[in-house]
Amino acid sequence: MTDVSNKIREEAGKLLEKGEVDVIIGFEKGSIPLSATPCFIRNEADIEKLIWNEYCGNNLSLYLSKARGKIGIIAKGCDTRAIVELIKEKQVQRERIVIIGVPCEGMLDRKRIMIRCQSRNITGIEDQGRQLLITGDSLNVAVEKDEFFYPACQVCANRNPVMCDVFIGNTIEEQKTDEFTDVTDFNEKPSEERWAYITDEIDRCIRCYACRNACPLCYCKECFVDATQPQWVGKTIEQSDTLSFHIMRSIHLAGRCIECGACERACPVMVDIRKLNRKMSADVKNMFGYKTGLDIDQPAPLSVFKPDDSEEFILDI
Amino acid sequence: MGNKETSWEPKIIAFLCNWCSYAGADLAGVGRMQYPANVRVIRVPCSGRISPFFILSSLQNGADGVLVSGCHPGDCHYLTGNYSARRKFALLKSQLEHIGIEKERVQFTWVSASEGGKFAEVINRVTETVKALGPAKRLVKKCL
Ligand code: SF4
Ligand code: SF4
Ligand code: FES
Repeated sequence: MTDVSNKIREEAGKLLEKGEVDVIIGFEKGSIPLSATPCFIRNEADIEKLIWNEYCGNNLSLYLSKARGKIGIIAKGCDTRAIVELIKEKQVQRERIVIIGVPCEGMLDRKRIMIRCQSRNITGIEDQGRQLLITGDSLNVAVEKDEFFYPACQVCANRNPVMCDVFIGNTIEEQKTDEFTDVTDFNEKPSEERWAYITDEIDRCIRCYACRNACPLCYCKECFVDATQPQWVGKTIEQSDTLSFHIMRSIHLAGRCIECGACERACPVMVDIRKLNRKMSADVKNMFGYKTGLDIDQPAPLSVFKPDDSEEFILDI
Repeated sequence: MGNKETSWEPKIIAFLCNWCSYAGADLAGVGRMQYPANVRVIRVPCSGRISPFFILSSLQNGADGVLVSGCHPGDCHYLTGNYSARRKFALLKSQLEHIGIEKERVQFTWVSASEGGKFAEVINRVTETVKALGPAKRLVKKCL
């Protein structure tokens, strides 16, 4: 990891020095254990702040549609997929960004590790490769990394950047993820059980909208959920309103969500938001043969149609 | 109030495209065809005008079923409105089923201006199916 950090600093330094970019978007050390924080480097003097480790989960492409000038961005596989969609949707111009691509073997889920550590105060973390030895106030646990990668990382099929200008490190092997078995498994459960699961999750939602704010593809200036004329979704945390918000969000992201899991990571109450988004990704793939974030020239599935699209669901009398 | 069991009738919201299904409904009326009075019709310019919001709002606000009907593929007044709508509806219907909302509550169909008979039949069929499901419980707002 330190090699990668050094290489990132080197490449980022070059870009700033040559004036090829105005800002580098990357990660710096987080203020709490097991975390890294997005940072914006404008001066070469600050380049040492840049780091790379297994806590760099945030999808930095989130900032592309907001930042001005020429931007250098550190991007994992999923981040580059988001960039592809953002370029396609004209939220950022390809010429305006320099992508520093970094292969990623999965990011660690801080919240679940903290639960494992019973939320005790952590004073030491020793990285042993496949294990973390965590010590602290009456705390001494060994954490198997394999068990604590984010759900999105566990099923990720694009660990290598799909597009980049500078490549850091070596290409890694992609996971043979048998895609969407999670969705099919869930679909096979009886409807009662699915409803119970979804409502259980949704009932925890406090409508903070962190999921939306962390999502790189949720860039609308006015989100439907904030609109008041007309007010599509009620503002309460009654199940009906909350669920409608989440259903609508998943529909709005259908054919756009690149499954980075940023929404889920941002959620303070660990709502299984991806249950809805994954379903849409599976459908978009099965119905329209489309996978998001791979090809800038392929039109978004909901912006086009085929005359012979499936009519299976149409009531025929 | 009476006995809820026996007196309950489903409320069904029907979004009908002005150019075909709405005219189809008209024709059914002119032809004095019988169909249940459970549908509340909302006329829209094209099936492409119907946002998933309309459908969710209906379900939230007391509809037991929702019917969407547009021009047959190839016949849309605006050429492709129904083709684009078809993709959206396919996803919405699939998502609703995924989370455990009975899939029969939301129905999509095509009815042309000359298909008065088909319109009556569609309403019959949808009303029967929704009746069999009973009152909507999921996604319904508790306080309106
Ligand atoms: S919905 Fe979630 S998983 Fe999909 S792109 Fe947005 S943040 Fe990433
Ligand atoms: S981040 Fe979590 S709690 Fe906040 S709105 Fe999204 S699902 Fe609800
Ligand atoms: S005009 Fe009828 S579906 Fe478009």
